[in-house]
Amino acid sequence: MFSLFEIQKIKGQRFKKLFFLSLGVFAFQGLIAQTPISGLIKDTKGHPIPGASITIKNSFDGATSDSSGNFHFSASDTGSRLITITSIGYRPLEQSILLGGNALHLDLQLKEEPNEMTAVTISAGSFSAGDSKRGAVMSSLDVATTAGSNADITAALKTLPGAQQVGEQEGLFVRGGTGEETKQFIDGSLVNNPYFTSIPDISTRGRFSPFLFKGTVFSTGGYSALYGQALSSVVLLESIDLPEKSEVDASISPLVVGVGTQQLAKDKKSSWGISYDYVDVAIYFGLVKQTPDYFRLPQFHSGDANFRIKTKNGGMIKYYTTFAYNQLGLRRPDVDSSNLKNAFDLGNHNWYNNLSWREYLNNGWKMNLSASYSTNLDDINQQVQDGNNQPRYYPDSIFWMNNKNFTIKNRQDLAQTKAVFEKKLGGLSAFRFGGEYWYNNNPFTFQDTARRLQDNMVAGFAESDIYLTNELAAKIGLRYEHSSLIGKSDLAPRVSLAYKTGKDAQVSAAYGVFYQKADNAELFYTKNLGFTQATHYIINYQKMTVDQIFRIEAYYKSYKDLIKTVPINPFYFNYNNNGRADAKGIDIFWRDKKSFKNFDYWISYSYLDTKRDYLNYPGKITPDFAAKNTASFVMKRFFTDWKTGFNLTYTYASGRPYYDFLINNLGKYYIGDNGHAKDYNTLNFSAEYVPSIGKKNPKTFVVLFASMSNVLGYNAVYGYNYSFNGQEKQAVTPPAQRFYFIGCFLSWGVDRTQDAINNNL
Amino acid sequence: MKSLLTSLLLIAGLGCLAQSDRYTEAMKKNLALFGTAKTTADYQEMANNFERIGDAEKTQWLPFYYAGLSLSTAGWNDPKLDKDANSTRINALCDKAEAIEKNAEIYALRNMAATQEMMVDPQTRWQTYGQQASAALESGLKLDPDNPRLYYLRGESVLNTPEAYGGGKAIAKPIFEKAIELFKKQQPKPLYPDWGQARAEEELAKCQ
Repeated sequence: MFSLFEIQKIKGQRFKKLFFLSLGVFAFQGLIAQTPISGLIKDTKGHPIPGASITIKNSFDGATSDSSGNFHFSASDTGSRLITITSIGYRPLEQSILLGGNALHLDLQLKEEPNEMTAVTISAGSFSAGDSKRGAVMSSLDVATTAGSNADITAALKTLPGAQQVGEQEGLFVRGGTGEETKQFIDGSLVNNPYFTSIPDISTRGRFSPFLFKGTVFSTGGYSALYGQALSSVVLLESIDLPEKSEVDASISPLVVGVGTQQLAKDKKSSWGISYDYVDVAIYFGLVKQTPDYFRLPQFHSGDANFRIKTKNGGMIKYYTTFAYNQLGLRRPDVDSSNLKNAFDLGNHNWYNNLSWREYLNNGWKMNLSASYSTNLDDINQQVQDGNNQPRYYPDSIFWMNNKNFTIKNRQDLAQTKAVFEKKLGGLSAFRFGGEYWYNNNPFTFQDTARRLQDNMVAGFAESDIYLTNELAAKIGLRYEHSSLIGKSDLAPRVSLAYKTGKDAQVSAAYGVFYQKADNAELFYTKNLGFTQATHYIINYQKMTVDQIFRIEAYYKSYKDLIKTVPINPFYFNYNNNGRADAKGIDIFWRDKKSFKNFDYWISYSYLDTKRDYLNYPGKITPDFAAKNTASFVMKRFFTDWKTGFNLTYTYASGRPYYDFLINNLGKYYIGDNGHAKDYNTLNFSAEYVPSIGKKNPKTFVVLFASMSNVLGYNAVYGYNYSFNGQEKQAVTPPAQRFYFIGCFLSWGVDRTQDAINNNL
Repeated sequence: MKSLLTSLLLIAGLGCLAQSDRYTEAMKKNLALFGTAKTTADYQEMANNFERIGDAEKTQWLPFYYAGLSLSTAGWNDPKLDKDANSTRINALCDKAEAIEKNAEIYALRNMAATQEMMVDPQTRWQTYGQQASAALESGLKLDPDNPRLYYLRGESVLNTPEAYGGGKAIAKPIFEKAIELFKKQQPKPLYPDWGQARAEEELAKCQ
């Protein structure tokens, strides 16, 4: 060892000399005390890890493992030290060693650290859409540019496997489930009225624009314990945080005019926005003939407002509200009598509010709080009218006609709060738990009879993501629910597993039990109805790269305690939980952006075999909303030179069964008539022209959009309505053979990013 | 006894001197490797070396910066490298550097990390990573409006954007010219980044 003795010896010499000397001495000291260290770094399976960094802590000494995992270097420190080994994708390893000049050989093993980029994901049942890193199935822009969707989220999701092509009713009919079995959630809160109010035999649009959301998850089964009251499927919509820039928007079309603005604060920490849209179909219906006779033309007013605030720790507070009013009245021929008409008149008010707060707390905890309030008021007037559009009234004895004269005032309020706390458990593992409370208030007036349903529902849930290795992960959850209205509770376990079978490929499986309260329409008659129940079993294989996705999924679903109708008399029904159903099938999805340059396409195919005994079905039969084979072929091509994109969607669904259910003398339902509607085919087209592309900092950004549904003019028949005696049947068809849309979307905004540079040039 | 104490103090003082000098030496030695490194493994080894220096020094942001720059260079050169994993590590190094000092050079590094991730699938990733890349440039320019590397990177981004999307040679040209003007004025402190001028000149030549 270098000693004080030496320093003392050179004491008194000039500083400079001392300095150089001692440097030399230090170097010399280094030489004599060097400890050669070599070793081999492997993973838990014994494969060598190249590129790992080996370091004597708090020193410059270290090395990088070579392609066979070997390393060697010399350490100049002495004594007991820590050696650390780090490599991307592995847990850092720290070990104490003794440096004393004797060569050391270390054989070290690194444990994999599950990481978001390489780890397996639980994908059974769920399609994610959005702009996340994980390679979503669909992006937000895809929703707008899928031909036939006309920027309706539900319409775009129908091009994914698992969903039925039900055209006469809104909603997502997933894997043998009804439209009511799919629920939509915005930032964790249930949306009570996601669609505009139902109109007989016409499907209505969703209320929310796809551009409000940065991510969408469409789960066709086996979803998380955080969500309940949906037997078949959930659509999880995640609203955007802060807009990219301040802008003013306007849309002009023969159908709709709208204005709006988004204002982003200078510090980019907060924003607010408002918008207003007005839809009036007068011009359009003048040009494009509609089958129903509209005596009150559809009109929609809607306004929305929002604010978003980024908190100090990177959390977000978001508020969104929308108010809408719409009205319409239409007449169609009555099925019981050819010289009579049915007149349906609707007025609807809807107000929706959502407030959420996402925050990062200490020690790896994350909190999601949300509250929402919505109220929806429907004013419906249904009348039988004669040739001169005058009302016709019937005595009770002609109940089948008398039943067609009614007024309904239906108000649905939902207030809810939800809290979710999540703790990261190292790697990607996490534990989350929370609870929610829903208050439902549903005053309902049918003719002169006023009724009211009120329900206080509480739910609690806990769930854990467990990453055993990068290759194997599990999600285990449990959900408890209690409804005060029916006085029942349920406990729903959910389990999914995922195993990585190779690069980009994985197998997942999911099992879960799902509960849903009966519809209010049934609960008005009796509150003695338990939860309906579905059990899902799903197995899925997925291979996903940045520009190609292949998925195949098989499932079996069994329902029990579904609602059955018991006819008491022509005006009154009772209901019980004696219904049941099962569904099995295969869903296939293939998306490819790689094989053809600038051409993006996806193909979905669903095979569904389902039988159901519910409501007035006389036994287990294939329900009228279920097609055996469904396929979609979606194509998108953008021509940069023309600044124009063209989109085509072809959809096929095999003909669905239709039935006429009649009641026999014993008060039992039987099938009076049945058949299969013809196969459904449609080819939809849309194009967008974006002339502003290429202009340097255009003051006005313009998008021209045009679309046409059912280009080939196929006459769709969704099913049949029967007369009371079963002698007559009337085809259920779309209100017009084709739908056309043409519109111009303008936005004025400044992207400040480029200003900073341009101002300095 | 007194002399012993003096000696001890002397050793302590010398130790410090030697320490910082050792830092400069180690940095110089590794910076020289930028001239000889070829493979991704070489650049990863350099990154490990720099990070080791940074971890030991604790008060220097430059080692973390150069560790990131090594990985970034590997990212540009190696089409097969997993850009997401590489950029995740670059950003982690930027975080370590920024904990010591927040400056424009680190934002230049962040810009390159985001750009590399965007280029994996520009059509779908443009919205997120393109945005991140521009935001990094903007933040960098706020801290140092005359940073030549930020102008150079901006020029690269414009040059590589199709004309139809607001890019192209004509728009890139004045940006590169401005970058070169700033490069000529730059007087970096010892060990501070000074790269980019030659590359900017090459790119400007393409714009003529």
